[in-house]
Amino acid sequence: MVLSRTVGASIKRREDPRLVTGQGQYVDDVRLPGTLYMAFVRSPHAHARLGRIDTSAALQQPGVVAAFRHADCDLVLTTHAALNPQKPPPPHPVLAHDKVRFVGEAVAMVLADDRYVARDAADLVEVEYEPLPAAASMQAALAEGAPLVHDDFPGNVYLKMERNQGDWDEARRQAARVVRLDIFNQRVNSLPMEPRAALAEYRRYDDTLTLWSSNQVPHTLRSEVAKLLGMAESRVRVIAPDVGGGFGSKLNVYPEEVLTAWAAKRLGRPVKWVEERRESLLTLSHGRGQIDEIEAAVAADGKILGLRARVVGDLGAHLLLFTALIPVLTINMLVGPYDIPVVASELTEVFTHCAPTDAHRGAGRPEATFLLERLMDRIAAELGLDPADVRRRNFVQPGQFPYTSVVGSVYDSGNYPAALDKALQAVGYEQLRAEQRRLREQGRYLGIGLGSYVELTGVGPSRGFGAPVWEAAVVRAEPDGTVTVISGAPSQGQGHETSFAQIVAGELGVPFESVRVLTGDTAVGVTGIGTFGSRSMPVAGGAIAGAAARVREKALQVAAALLEAAPADLEYRDGQALVRGQPGKAVTFQQIANAAYAAFMLPPEIEPGLEATMFFDPPNMTYPFGTHVCVVEVDPRSGAVQILRFVAVDDAGRIINPLLAAGQIHGGIAQGIGQALYEEIVYDDEGQLQTASLMDYALPTADKVPHFELDRTETPGTTNPLGAKGIGEAGTIGSTPAVVNAVLDALLPFGVTHIDMPLKPERIWRAIRGRSAAGQDAAVVAAAEEAPGTAEPSHVPPGQEGR
Amino acid sequence: MKLPIRVTVNGAAQAHEVEPRLLLVHYLRDVLGLTGTHVGCDTSQCGACTVLVDGAAVKSCTVLAVQTDGCEITTIEGLAELGPPPPTPSPQEGAGASPQPAPASSSPLSPQGGEGGRGERGLHPLQQAFWDQHGLQCGYCTPGMIMAAYDLLRQQPQPSEEEIRHGLEGVLCRCTGYQHIVAAVQQAAEQLRARTAPAK
Amino acid sequence: MFPRAFEYVAPATLDEALALLAEDPDETRALAGGHSLLPLMKLRLAAPRRLVDLRHLRGALGGVGAAGDSGAEVTVGALTTYHALASHPLLSERYPVLCEVAGAIGDLQVRNCGTLGGSLAHADPAGDLPAVVLALDARLEAASRGGATRRLDAAEFFRGAYTTALAPGELLTRVHLPALPARTGAAYAKFRNPASGYAVVGIAACVGLGEDGRVATARVGVTGVGEVAYRARDCEAALIGQEPSAERLHEAAARAAAGVEPLDDVYASGEYRTYLTGVFAERALSRALERARGAA
Repeated sequence: MVLSRTVGASIKRREDPRLVTGQGQYVDDVRLPGTLYMAFVRSPHAHARLGRIDTSAALQQPGVVAAFRHADCDLVLTTHAALNPQKPPPPHPVLAHDKVRFVGEAVAMVLADDRYVARDAADLVEVEYEPLPAAASMQAALAEGAPLVHDDFPGNVYLKMERNQGDWDEARRQAARVVRLDIFNQRVNSLPMEPRAALAEYRRYDDTLTLWSSNQVPHTLRSEVAKLLGMAESRVRVIAPDVGGGFGSKLNVYPEEVLTAWAAKRLGRPVKWVEERRESLLTLSHGRGQIDEIEAAVAADGKILGLRARVVGDLGAHLLLFTALIPVLTINMLVGPYDIPVVASELTEVFTHCAPTDAHRGAGRPEATFLLERLMDRIAAELGLDPADVRRRNFVQPGQFPYTSVVGSVYDSGNYPAALDKALQAVGYEQLRAEQRRLREQGRYLGIGLGSYVELTGVGPSRGFGAPVWEAAVVRAEPDGTVTVISGAPSQGQGHETSFAQIVAGELGVPFESVRVLTGDTAVGVTGIGTFGSRSMPVAGGAIAGAAARVREKALQVAAALLEAAPADLEYRDGQALVRGQPGKAVTFQQIANAAYAAFMLPPEIEPGLEATMFFDPPNMTYPFGTHVCVVEVDPRSGAVQILRFVAVDDAGRIINPLLAAGQIHGGIAQGIGQALYEEIVYDDEGQLQTASLMDYALPTADKVPHFELDRTETPGTTNPLGAKGIGEAGTIGSTPAVVNAVLDALLPFGVTHIDMPLKPERIWRAIRGRSAAGQDAAVVAAAEEAPGTAEPSHVPPGQEGR
Repeated sequence: MKLPIRVTVNGAAQAHEVEPRLLLVHYLRDVLGLTGTHVGCDTSQCGACTVLVDGAAVKSCTVLAVQTDGCEITTIEGLAELGPPPPTPSPQEGAGASPQPAPASSSPLSPQGGEGGRGERGLHPLQQAFWDQHGLQCGYCTPGMIMAAYDLLRQQPQPSEEEIRHGLEGVLCRCTGYQHIVAAVQQAAEQLRARTAPAK
Repeated sequence: MFPRAFEYVAPATLDEALALLAEDPDETRALAGGHSLLPLMKLRLAAPRRLVDLRHLRGALGGVGAAGDSGAEVTVGALTTYHALASHPLLSERYPVLCEVAGAIGDLQVRNCGTLGGSLAHADPAGDLPAVVLALDARLEAASRGGATRRLDAAEFFRGAYTTALAPGELLTRVHLPALPARTGAAYAKFRNPASGYAVVGIAACVGLGEDGRVATARVGVTGVGEVAYRARDCEAALIGQEPSAERLHEAAARAAAGVEPLDDVYASGEYRTYLTGVFAERALSRALERARGAA
């Protein structure tokens, strides 16, 4: 593997000139004459029988062309990870049939020639509902006599899974202490800045359909649309143009996308649907949503002898693509970076009368890391140990790789203590602990929180995973020697047009500027799987590197013919093939390409052309890791939290573009801070979404996140020729527990053991007071309460404006 | 009932008849085809729709097209033509003074500074800086972020990091975590200051 | 996202505007900066049949100037934007609290559009400016068709959630800020909802000291806590005539939510709001006192 100059370089992005000038093309920017705009009528009830749907008033509006309901379109989605081997998943019709099962579920749609008129018309559709009691939380769904979301699933349980490795009871017996935590991991919304959008055009004379969608998996979308519309896949083209963020929420096939295509085919006119933010908060797949009980049997020195976890996963009302898989990934990552010999786990996946859940940045792994990292801090607190020491004592050691965890994951490479040490040094851990003690004497509460993680990226191989998770690439030299790269993994901001070009430029030794990357269009070049699960570098990059290597190999053959030498006598260096020991005898890649296509000087055994395709099915997943450290100050009077510092040391193996990698970590940390302190999807008992707009769903703004201090270690992965691991989700995984641990570390003097996310000021305020009601800490709280206020603290916490 | 409006958008005169309820962002996107300005929310918070109206940054989703009759509008597509932001005129005494931050009569569109302050391919220093500093990932908030930063630098040509973060509270980014955005605005501020020569 | 259809007119003079507003007051709304009204219309929570855009009245109703005997008062036009308020030198000199608050409302883009009059007339229970005008004891001037005008005390202006003392068809035209005596200081302390930016609690305090150093005047305006912005009379009474010690401030601040049914929402409970009111009232009072001492 040659990979030189460009790999590892912080090259600025190819994508940016069009994006900074407003020349990007997102789905709603695509204009087709005659387009009809589609608006949905959505259920206001979480659970109801669906009665008559009267669209007559809507259809009378000038400009309204059509209105449809289930009776017109009875398609049922077939894309879902059906993990229950005994029962087929409940049907998910694209338009609600006889019942609605969550607020926002699509019941009907109207089409008009103007987007304003479409909304007016949707408001005029009359729907009869017979409201039914709803089970709008996991607790409600599991309660005795709970209303059923799906009749075929008694108790609202879709899947129950138990895994026992080793002897938990024995571990308990041996333990000096059992540490226990109950955790609620709240639902969040990915909130990509571009809400979903789809545009479809059907050409009747040709029987072909083109569907633009803001989507992470255009090939999967194509397959499903083709299947449901009864068309050959080759006649359906799906284009994911510029996509304004996904974070897992667009890794799916949604009813709305299918309906856009269906309506275009039905009406013979282009149809466009552009989601409003409220719709998106209601119906874009939610992330997280777990109730976790965890127990660790611990020796006196903090070593974990065994772990028991009970995880309840909130599926929502329907299974989307990976809904049922996400909580399983939590179970698969239950040991994290720790050498834990015994794990007993029980997973219950539950339907609720809420929006379906699915992948959100980390998808099951943040939940596992969160419960482990909270546990580490609780072990430290209960045994009187330093939280960093507890982690060190339990880490898988550098000499143990590849490491097969007791739950079956094989970690390819890693050095967890090195990352921890680097992070602690960068933050000045010892000095901070001293500072913390000093401030406590002054009645100020500094907290230091760690988040050590290992995470699972680049899922594979397909046969192990039970689903296709390979990725494909074409690397094509053009006759003029420039290069086109086609990948099945499109971007939603990751910068593939740049990083993929770097890989190929590195492998072929050609100028970066001469390499062009195409992705996101199923009609262009190659089929693929998509972008998710931090697979772009380890899997898509593996395919690209592999295809580029094949091109280089063929280039050598062509060069040998041109130079009249044996391929074994040639070297390929800096974009040239040269005969060893004969400096004058060389040909450039450009000359090789010219010749390969001109062909008349090639011997008969060499096929003309210079391109290669590779389908790369990684032999294993690959495991990036790191440690994040967060430093906060908590104001015990109001409960407000200010983040003072954030240090992240991440190791994603070989980094292709450090600038882009840093951007991924920054963005991930911001989302982790979001879940830790600000974000929550809240349903009331009737299943009404209380956080249906940005007035209530608090996305962090620039002033709510600190300056991030990044560093890294680089421990190459072993699953792909690049040695790369995935980095897209790591930032979220390490940061969420680091922030929460920091706050709880600050609150240790108050005896607070845990607070559920988001750590809003009121929750912190209540926790301080609730715990103090039990006794000892009352004096501390009373002092904080009753002391006459001084001027505002020198750090004005966010959420408070002084003056 | 449609009403006539006349606006200047990126230096070009436009005249149309629009419904009163047509939001400025939809006028720009759907009528004029300027799709660089984006819609990201429905409660006037995300700022992806930010444009300049008479030199001041506004959320075009919360302005009716009819409210801009007679105004000069600059969208991201027109930014490259703008030089450094003109200095904020001092508010005048008296109840009769116009409260607008930049008088409509001064054109923010004429390039200022000797060399025009252009970056690669004629980019405005803000655009250049966002590119140089990796201040964008998916790019969806970027036009709004840049236009808001333009007004921020007009009001505060030498903002501290904290002032930048507060000044950009009105634009949400889900991708970048804001750090590279801050760096971009700092770079642009420096370049714009360098071009605001003392004598003209 | 899309408002319902409506008629729109942008009159050239105040008289025309008042005539239009009086025609069908229940179905007609005045449009100033639009950043309170248009979001409601986009969510279809408001659907007036007609909007009267005041944009051409910015000359008449915008701007800040000294007024009254010896120019000790300041008059602010209702159509003055938050941005203009924040940067005006006369306000910065006489009522810095108003500049600070206006400079922190919403965000940069909102501040270019939102107006003082629009905010006060809209009377959002969590808006900042109502608390400030209460603390400054402003007089609000309103006009109606035919040229009639009247002035209302801020204390009687805010009647309920989104409800003011303005009569149908009446328009807020000016805000008159009385001169503040020597040794008076004002400050605002706010706990900001991280999503909306509105006040979970917001307290504006204006404290004046007598020559003996005791509190001569105290006005405390509270927003975000109840259905409507109010003067915290119990809190004020606990301060007037007293030595403004830290303990006294603390005790008075604890009464800032007395008798008020606190709002309860997904972000903050009523109980927490009540508690926060005390904390932030204390901060506002401390700061106001500091300024009063410095303004001898």
